[in-house]
Amino acid sequence: MEFVELIVNGRTLSGEVEGRKLLSEFLREDLRCTGTHIGCDTSQCGACVVHVGGKAVKSCTMFAWEADGMEVVTIEGMADEDSLGDIQQAFQDNHALQCGFCTPGMVMSAAALLDENPDPSDAEIRDYLEGNLCRCTGYQNIVKAIRSVAEQRESAAAA
Amino acid sequence: MYDFEVARPSTIAEAASALSAEGAQVLGGGHTLIPTLKNRLARPSVLVSVSRIDEMRGVRVENEKCLCVGGAATHAEVASSAEESFPALAWLAGNIGDPAVRNRGTVGGSLANNDPSACYPAAALAVGATIETNNREIAADDFFRGMFETELKEGEIITKVRFPIPDAGNYQKFEQPASRFALVGVFLAQFGSEVRIGVTGASESGVFRWADAEAALSADFSTEAANGLPAAPGAMINDLHGSGEYRAHLMKVLTARAVAAAS
Ligand SMILES: Cc1cc2nc3c(=O)[nH]c(=O)nc-3n(C[C@H](O)[C@H](O)[C@H](O)COP(=O)(O)OP(=O)(O)OC[C@H]3O[C@@H](n4cnc5c(N)ncnc54)[C@H](O)[C@@H]3O)c2cc1C
Ligand code: FES
Ligand code: FES
Repeated sequence: MEFVELIVNGRTLSGEVEGRKLLSEFLREDLRCTGTHIGCDTSQCGACVVHVGGKAVKSCTMFAWEADGMEVVTIEGMADEDSLGDIQQAFQDNHALQCGFCTPGMVMSAAALLDENPDPSDAEIRDYLEGNLCRCTGYQNIVKAIRSVAEQRESAAAA
Repeated sequence: MYDFEVARPSTIAEAASALSAEGAQVLGGGHTLIPTLKNRLARPSVLVSVSRIDEMRGVRVENEKCLCVGGAATHAEVASSAEESFPALAWLAGNIGDPAVRNRGTVGGSLANNDPSACYPAAALAVGATIETNNREIAADDFFRGMFETELKEGEIITKVRFPIPDAGNYQKFEQPASRFALVGVFLAQFGSEVRIGVTGASESGVFRWADAEAALSADFSTEAANGLPAAPGAMINDLHGSGEYRAHLMKVLTARAVAAAS
């Protein structure tokens, strides 16, 4: 067993995990943060994307102990107390989800993109989402939602 | 996945000593090894993680001539740090997989794995990189030993890779649309008038230097010379993604594109 101490969505947690426990399994089974989805379990689909140390990673392809000492943010950490975060709200407003299976990973990748590049073009958004697959929407409205967040944030900063 | 012990060293010396255990294996970014473990295709006794070893991280330019990349540096680090000093390598790193893959996958892992469709091996051969391990230096020309085979001995760790920076360089990757690996990739490097070409994804014997193309382009650096190249030597990979003939054709097309881009 490996001792780990992590900050998950602002909460410091510590305990023992099995060496072979994936971060995705740790989040879903041990912490019951089931918003992180597992689609392919082979680092292809992006449903399991979370942030570790501020960077987007596929939690199905990382062991829980590799995140020791790091800050982990999952989709559960994206909402404010009782209102959706701006990216989540934009997904709802722009019909950027249908079944919603890919959405947690899409939102986490979108958040990482906007941290790195606050004003991405449509092409840059599509390029960044290369590892996030959606079988429902055709991506159009996902791109639109992310663009709208960039614009909202820019006008909020200018105001 | 079978169970295993974990070692989390913070120095190369500690890692080397953990690797002396029977059945111990290095864990880099895990983007090849974790899927392998999930499929129970490997059963290491101990996984020795190198990602927290500071002396194996970082990307630095040495004497303006060489890009020094830590064995545990991620593709994302190379993509952002080499943008000015060695744009062709930065482009290669920035087009591996997707952003989440690039945040975990490492240079050392890619070279050690020597997947026949991986990108870094083509660059390492084309520029004549030196692969440093915990106990020796290996020239790229001696390092790759056919598909998934390298010169590395059991328990040996790639600690650093030195890539000489060419006067001009370019990487052309024809993506396999599902895996986003290179169906064929061609790395061209020019040092003075000497041209060196590393080709991945094409040959059944793994990554290789294309000697005919190097000779022709060193004499005449033009797309015409690239288009006039003789058929590639040896057996080409022939699978459901593309026939050997198709790959041989792609090699020529990509080489001509690399010449045009580097001119
Ligand atoms: C969706 C996806 C797309 C990808 N696309 C591409 C692509 O387009 N081009 C490309 O080149 N690659 C691609 N890859 C592969 C990726 O670059 C991997 O990260 C890489 O092949 C392995 O590196 P790693 O650090 O993850 O190694 P690991 O998976 O940790 O290890 C791989 C092997 O190398 C050994 N090893 C690891 N580090 C060291 C070291 N420092 N010294 C000695 N041995 C070591 C391990 O023991 C293991 O045998 C892709 C992967 C995925 C999942
Ligand atoms: S579940 Fe991790 S990428 Fe699909
Ligand atoms: S909304 Fe169904 S997979 Fe994306």
